[in-house]
Parts: sequence; C-alpha cells; structure tokens
Amino acid sequence: MTSIAMQRRKATAGRVWRQFRSSRQGMIGLSVLAVFVIVALAAPLLADIRELNPVFARAQGNPQWASPDQFGPLGTDYIRRSVWAQFVWGSRVSLFVGLAATVLTIFIGSVVGIVSGFIGGKTDGALMRLTEWFLVIPFLPLAIVLASILGRSVWNIIFVIGITSWPSTARLVRAQVLTVKQRLFVDRARSLGAGGGHIVGHHILPNVSGLILANATLAVPISILTETSLSFLGLGDPGAASWGKTLEEAFVNGAMVRNAWWYFLPAGLGILAVVLAFTLIGRTLEEIANPRLSGR
Amino acid sequence: MAGSLLTLLFVLVFNFFLFRIVQKDPIGSLFRGRNVPQAVIDNLREAFGLDQPLLTQFFLYMRETFSLNFGVSYQSRQPVWDEIVAAIPATVALVGVSAILSAVIGTALGIVAAWRRNTWKDHGITSGTMLFYSMPDFWLGMILLVGLAVVVPLFPVGGIVDAGSTTTGLARLLEQTYHMALPAFTLTLAYLGEYTLVTRSSLLDVMGEDYLTVARAKGLRDKLVRNRHAVPNALLPVITLAAINFGFVLSGAIAVEAVFSWPGLGKATADAIRGPDLPMLQGLFLLFSAAVIFFNLVADLTYGFLDPRVEDI
Repeated sequence: MTSIAMQRRKATAGRVWRQFRSSRQGMIGLSVLAVFVIVALAAPLLADIRELNPVFARAQGNPQWASPDQFGPLGTDYIRRSVWAQFVWGSRVSLFVGLAATVLTIFIGSVVGIVSGFIGGKTDGALMRLTEWFLVIPFLPLAIVLASILGRSVWNIIFVIGITSWPSTARLVRAQVLTVKQRLFVDRARSLGAGGGHIVGHHILPNVSGLILANATLAVPISILTETSLSFLGLGDPGAASWGKTLEEAFVNGAMVRNAWWYFLPAGLGILAVVLAFTLIGRTLEEIANPRLSGR
Repeated sequence: MAGSLLTLLFVLVFNFFLFRIVQKDPIGSLFRGRNVPQAVIDNLREAFGLDQPLLTQFFLYMRETFSLNFGVSYQSRQPVWDEIVAAIPATVALVGVSAILSAVIGTALGIVAAWRRNTWKDHGITSGTMLFYSMPDFWLGMILLVGLAVVVPLFPVGGIVDAGSTTTGLARLLEQTYHMALPAFTLTLAYLGEYTLVTRSSLLDVMGEDYLTVARAKGLRDKLVRNRHAVPNALLPVITLAAINFGFVLSGAIAVEAVFSWPGLGKATADAIRGPDLPMLQGLFLLFSAAVIFFNLVADLTYGFLDPRVEDI
C-alpha cells in the first residue's frame, strides 16, 4: 500500500473516532462494554474457577441456596456453587461465543455479498436465491435443529449461529458492492489493467469495510441472544457455563418458585447490558457511516 | 408464488438431508444404546426404507411428508402430526394475541415518539423499548413470573388451566384467559420495541415531505395532519413487519412457552430438545418453516396491493 493511501486511511480512522467520541450513546456503550471485557479478561482474579465445581463448593462448606447477605457477593445455587463465580466466568463464554459467532456470520455474509455483487450474472442469481432461502427459514428453529443434531459444544453453537445468521449481512454487503462497483475509480483501476483480486482487495473492500464493521457490531447482540436462548433450551455446552446456561439451571432447578432472585437476575442483567452496549455502539457507527440516520 | 413453492421445496430437501445424512443411523439413535437383536434393526431399516438408494428414500420421504406422516414421537409414542395439531391452538391464541397487541401498542408508541421527536416522551419511549428489546424474552418472563405470580401471587405460575381443574364452557375459557395473561404480557413487551423503532423511523422519513407542509399551509390542525397525511404514508414498512412477524406466530415463543409451561408448539419444541425427540423436532421445523413462507407470500402480496409502485413480485 502506498504511503498516501495509508495516510488517508489513518485520517479517516481518526475522523471516525472523533465523531464517535462526541456521541454520548456511543461512549456509554463503549464504557459498558469495556467493563464487561475487563471482567471477562480478569476472571481468574475476580473469582476462583474451582468455585464452579460442586464438589469443591461442598468441601468449602458453602451453604445451599444462600442469599447474598448469607454468602457474598451473590449467594449460592442449588449445588452450593457461588453465583458470583458463575457470573464472572459465564461472561467469558457469553462474550466469546457472541464475538466468535459474529466473526463467522460476518465472514460468510461478506464473502457471499462481495462475490455476488462483484461477479454478478448467474453467480449472483444463484447466491441470492440461496440467501433468500436462508432468510426465510425461521432462524431459531433452524438453529435448534442444527444444534440438536450436532451435539452440545461451544464450537457447535458458534457454527450454528454463524451458519444461520449470515443472509442479512450478505444482502447489505452486496448492495453496497453494487454501488461501489459503479464508481469511477474502479473503472480507472480496471483500465490500468488491474485484475479482479486487486480491485476487490484495494478498492471494493476498503469502501465496504465501514458498513461491515457497523453491521458486525449490530450482529453481536443477535449472536449473544441466540446463544442465550439455545443454552436456555438445554443446547449449551455442559462444560462451559455461559450466562444462558446459568439461566437454564436456575429455571430447571426451581430458583423461580424459591424466589432465588440472586440466581437468575445477574446473568440476565449481564446479557442485557452487553446487548445494549453493542446496540448503542452499532447505532453510533451506523450514524457516522450514514449521517442521514442521525437523530433516529 | 412460484418463488414461495421453490423455497418450500428447498426447505423439504434441506430437512431431508439434515435428518437423514447428518444423523447417520436413525435406527440406532431410536434405541440409543439398548441391546436390540440385529433382525429387529434390519426389519425396521426396511420398514423405514433405509435400505433403499438415496433417491428412492427421498421420494418415500416426500410422499410421507405430503400425507402428513412425520413418524412417531419418541417420547409420547403418538404420531408426530397428532401431537403437533393438538398443540397448535394454545400457541395461536397466546402468540396471536401478543402479536396483535404488540403491533398496535408498538406502532402507537412509535407515532408518539416521532411526532414529539427529541422531547422527554420520545426519549422515554425510545429507551424503554430498546431496553425490552435487548433482554432475552424468556428472562423477562422469569422476572414477571417471580414478581407477579410468586412474590405477589396475582397470576397462576403456569399451565393453561389449574392442575385438576374440571371447569367447562365459559368458566374454562375465563380460566385459560387468566392463565394466558402473564405470558401474553411478556411477549407483548418483548415484541413491541421492533414496531416502535420501525414506525418512528418511517414516520421521521415522511415528516420531511412537502405534502405535510402543504397540509399545514391549508390550515389543518396538527392532529389531522398526523392522522390523515403523515401516518398512512408511514405505515407501509410497519405492515410488512407485521405480516412477516405473523409468520413467526407458530415458532415465536419457544422459550417463553417453556417458562410458563404453556402447552403449545414452543413447549413441544423445548420438550423435544430434551429428548432429543428427532421426529418431533423435524415435524415442528417443517411446520414453522411453512408458516413463515406462507406469511412472507402474504406480505409480498399486501405490499404490492398497498403500494402500486411495487411491481409484480
């Protein structure tokens, strides 16, 4: 990449960041997200992972169904495990699955969208037909069916979310590629002898990457909520307790009838906060990319 | 129309491969490790047509599907289709009512928010609906259940009637409605945010149009400008959204139905997952997909009817 292009991109990034910083909703979202990322990264410092093991919890002499004032900071569950430890370690799984599934979603969606929009013709027709089909099949039932067949593991959940939620990204990216393709600089590059790969890499991709980023930020909430639903329905990884898994165990073991609010409130609030944070960040990025949207 | 049929065909083929190829040994999973004589397995394999070539299997599957034969549920040992048909009314009642309520209330809130843009009303409505939109619907249900059925026992904790209830006629209907109140409230809250945001955004688009200035210049009162000129032109995306959401009436409340033990298709799905009861899951998945495809078609047709600029789809 030439140094001029490099400088220009640096300047663009700087401008986006300045605009982002001046948006109150964007900064609130970013701060909330930062807190949860720190919690997830610092999990070993915040809670002993052995607290997740019922045998260890019993040996420690933890009480059963203890409320937060009996056992700090968030009480214990039906097999004496600390709810705080589950919250801290669950944030790791929930954030990881949400982000990894989004990466997969955006990757599939972008590849399909770019190939479809750039090549056009029959390839475009076939890919868009496929996209339409995936768009129509009800998303959660499809994810449930796939997860039931594939088995319960973190990677399967990531795969299932990625494979079911790429179509809207593909459509969006394709539309953007179609408009960028018409621009003069693409014609210029082509007449100078540039091949398809060069045009996509140097001209199309930089011009759709902003849209892809905004779309990715808005796809994370969907991934996290889907993971939560799948885990709640019993399709979560038994070895990696996410927030959704905590909610499932709380529900199945009667936390609601006992009014053990400390068991199911924290995980749900965590999901709510992270989802809201990504939504706020995504909306801000979208407004920066498309100023017509601001004030919406 | 042809597109919808093609999509349905795609779903059928997809479904076939999903359950027959990915799941390599359906008979084996039927017995799940229990010791069964090889002769019995071979007989079953033949009965299910699993010894036939793939293409023949596919035609067998299509024939059975079109005669609504989805096999026998592992859990209840009843035909899957009978189980599904029995669960449909409960879901249609619950999710149908919630879908209508959320569409009406959500749209009304969206109109208020857009018309009073950037006032405290707008900020309150927008952030409130975003909050409900960002939480897992079943978690909202859990909180409402604990709050309004356990701590303050205003509503029943679940089911469609009280255990051992023998009411009939109108009394039974009232009892069922009472049991439906809390799950319906949950779903309405969870769904309305989408309508509010779409209505608000669409109305804001319309509000810049010249014909509103003209309507005001004619001396029309604010309310008339809003109700006669602005809102009708802003409702198109909302109607499309509603039509699409109605396609999800059957599959829209899986986790919420599970929370409230509401005996509909969602709870049937949740129970089938626990099995796992694959024939049941397969039947439910086909039904859910067919419903969505049908309502998408309806949405396309309505769209063309309401906005003649949309050419034949």
